[in-house]
Amino acid sequence: MKILTGNDLETGDVVWWTGEFWSRHVEESIDVADGGDAIAAREEGARRVNAPYVIDAEQTDVGPRPLHIKDRIRAIGPTVRPDLAVRPVDAAAGNWVI
Amino acid sequence: MYKYDEYDQTIVDSRVAEFRDQVARRIAGEITEDQFKPLRLMNGLYLQLHAYMLRVAVPYGTLSGKQMRTLGHIARKYDRGYGHFTTRQNIQYNWIKLEEAPDILAELAAVEMHAIQTSGNCIRNISSDQYAGAAADEIEDPRPWAELLRQWSSFHPEFSYLPRKFKIAVIASDEDRAAIQLHDIGLQIRHNDAGELGFRVYVGGGMGRTPMIAPVIRDFLPAADFVSYMEACLRVYNRYGRRDNIYKARIKILVHEIGAAEYARQVEEEWAHVKTLGLDPPPGEFERIAAHFAPPAFETGLSDEIDRSDPDFALWLDSNTHAHKQPGYAIAVISLKPIGGIPGDASAEQIELMADLAERYSFDELRVTHAQNIVLPHVKKADLYALWKALDDAGLGTANLDLISDIIACPGLDYCSLANARSIPIAQKIAKRFENMDRQRDLGELKLKISGCINACGHHHAGHIGILGVDRKGEENYQLLFGGSGAEDASLAKIAGPGFNEDGIVDAVEKAVETYRTLREDGERFVDTYRRVGMQPFKEAIYG
Ligand code: SF4
Repeated sequence: MKILTGNDLETGDVVWWTGEFWSRHVEESIDVADGGDAIAAREEGARRVNAPYVIDAEQTDVGPRPLHIKDRIRAIGPTVRPDLAVRPVDAAAGNWVI
Repeated sequence: MYKYDEYDQTIVDSRVAEFRDQVARRIAGEITEDQFKPLRLMNGLYLQLHAYMLRVAVPYGTLSGKQMRTLGHIARKYDRGYGHFTTRQNIQYNWIKLEEAPDILAELAAVEMHAIQTSGNCIRNISSDQYAGAAADEIEDPRPWAELLRQWSSFHPEFSYLPRKFKIAVIASDEDRAAIQLHDIGLQIRHNDAGELGFRVYVGGGMGRTPMIAPVIRDFLPAADFVSYMEACLRVYNRYGRRDNIYKARIKILVHEIGAAEYARQVEEEWAHVKTLGLDPPPGEFERIAAHFAPPAFETGLSDEIDRSDPDFALWLDSNTHAHKQPGYAIAVISLKPIGGIPGDASAEQIELMADLAERYSFDELRVTHAQNIVLPHVKKADLYALWKALDDAGLGTANLDLISDIIACPGLDYCSLANARSIPIAQKIAKRFENMDRQRDLGELKLKISGCINACGHHHAGHIGILGVDRKGEENYQLLFGGSGAEDASLAKIAGPGFNEDGIVDAVEKAVETYRTLREDGERFVDTYRRVGMQPFKEAIYG
C-alpha cells in the first residue's frame, strides 16, 4: 500500500494523511494508491502540510506501517529517546521501529 | 570575550526582524516552501526527520555563562528540554516550531548570538582550538584571528553563494585539537625563522564522500596579509569550483584536480591583485578585536598542588584536565559522554549548571569542542575538586576524555533526514561493552567516531576506529574503518572489509581492540599499533 506523509507547516510535527485531515498517528493513514501526488500538491498548496511525499507501507494488525526504517522512526520518534515517542505508553514502540 | 559593537548588534537584530517577516509570510501563504526554504536555511533552520531543527552558531566554540544559560533556557522553553552539541562546535535543537523560530533568534540576539551562516554554500562558523587562550602549548590566542575571519566572512557579498559550503579552522599550537587538515582552509599560527608572526596555510582538506588531507599551500603567510590572502584563496575557488556537480564542488576537489602547486600559483596571482584593494584591516582594528580576548585577571602565586585523596576525583583529574599556561590553573573538560548516554546531548538543567559553574570557577567562559564535550578553560587547581563534585552530581563527571567511550557520533537516523543508519545506538552499545573504566584506561587514547551516512558529520574518516552507517537493501549496515586521525598526525581511515549489523559491529570493534592489546608495544596507542602492523592482523581477527 502507499501512504502519504509530511510535516505540519507551523509545528514541524510528522503527520500522516487520513483521507480527511493530517494526523500525528501513522496507524490512521489510508492507502492513497496512485492518488498521493495529487493530494500532496493540493494539501501543500493549501498550506496544511510541508514537504509531503508518498511512501510504501504494509497493513498490520495495528494499522499501516512504513516499509522503510526511516519512516518508521519518523512515525514513532527517535529510538534513543523512547520518552519522546509519539506513543510513549507503548512499551513495544522501540521494537516496532526495527 | 568578543563583545558586539553597534554594527554587529544592528546586523543581527535586523536579521531577526527580517526573518520574522519571512516566517509570517510563509505561514500566511504569501511565499511557497520553495521560496522560503533558502531563507530559513540562511537562518540555520532545517526541516529534519521529526521537526524543524535549528543550528545555532557558537563562534570558535566560545560561550559566556550568560550565553550558555540562554541556550539552556531555549532548550526548556522552545524545545523538549535538551540540546545537541555538534562536531562543528555548535548547538542544535531538534524540536523547533516554525512559528517560534523568530522568538528564539530574538532571544539569541539579546546575548549576541545567531544562526546566520550555519547552513548554505557560504563560509560557515569559524572553528578553533577549544583550549585557545588557555593552553600551555599555544603561541598566542588564535581566537582574535578567528573573530577577524568571522567579521570578514559574515555576509561577505562575494562569498554568500560559493560552489559549496566552506569551513575554516584556526589554531596556534603544534598539537592540532581542531582537525585543521580536514578543513577547507586550516590555519596554524606560527613564527618564521625571523621570529615574525604568521600562518601556515592548508587548503583543500575535508571529509564527506571524498575525504582528503589538506596540502600546505603556503608555509608562512605574514599576519598583516591575512585577510587579503584569504580573499584570494576564496576567489580562486569561487571562480573555478565545480558548480556543475554537487559531489565535486568542495574546494578539496579543485585543489586535487589542478594540484596544490597550481592552486597556490593562482592564489598568488590573484593575491597580487587583491592586495592593491586595501582589504587588510589596519593594525588598530586587529588590536581592537584582540583586546576583547585579553587574558582574565588570573591570580598569581597559586599552588599547583592538588589533593588527590578521593580516588574517583583523581581519575577524573588525570583524564579530563589539561595543562594551563598560567601556574595554579587547569583546563577542565566536561564529558558529554556518560556511558550509555547520547554523545553531545545535554539537558536544559545540565546546560544551566555548566553556565553557573563557568561563572563560579572559569572566569565566565566555556568552550564547545568538536568532540562534543564542553570545556571550562580557566579553573583554579584549588577549585577542581568542588567543580568535579558539582559535575558528578549532575551526571557530568564521567572520566573518559579521549578514551574509547568518548565517542563522536552524529545524530544519524534517529534525527537526520539524510541518514542511512542510526549512529547513537551504536555509540551507546560500544560504550556499554567497554563500560569497565579500568579496561578503557588500559586501552588508552582511542578515538572512535561514527557517522550515519557518507556526509561524515561524525568524522569517521578521522577515527582511530571509524564506523560508517550505510543502507544495505533497506537494512542498516555498518562499515568499520581503522587508522584515521584528525590531529597533527592527520590520516584517513581505511575500510576493513564487509559491513556488519548493529550487534556485529560492536563485536567487531571489540575484536579489533583485543587485537591491539595483544600486538601493542610499549607506549603505543591503538592507531600507532595499526600504523606499525597494518590492516592484516585486524582483518584476520575480525573476519577470521
Ligand atoms: S553524517 Fe549523515 S546522518 Fe550523520 S548528521 Fe551528517 S548527514 Fe546526518
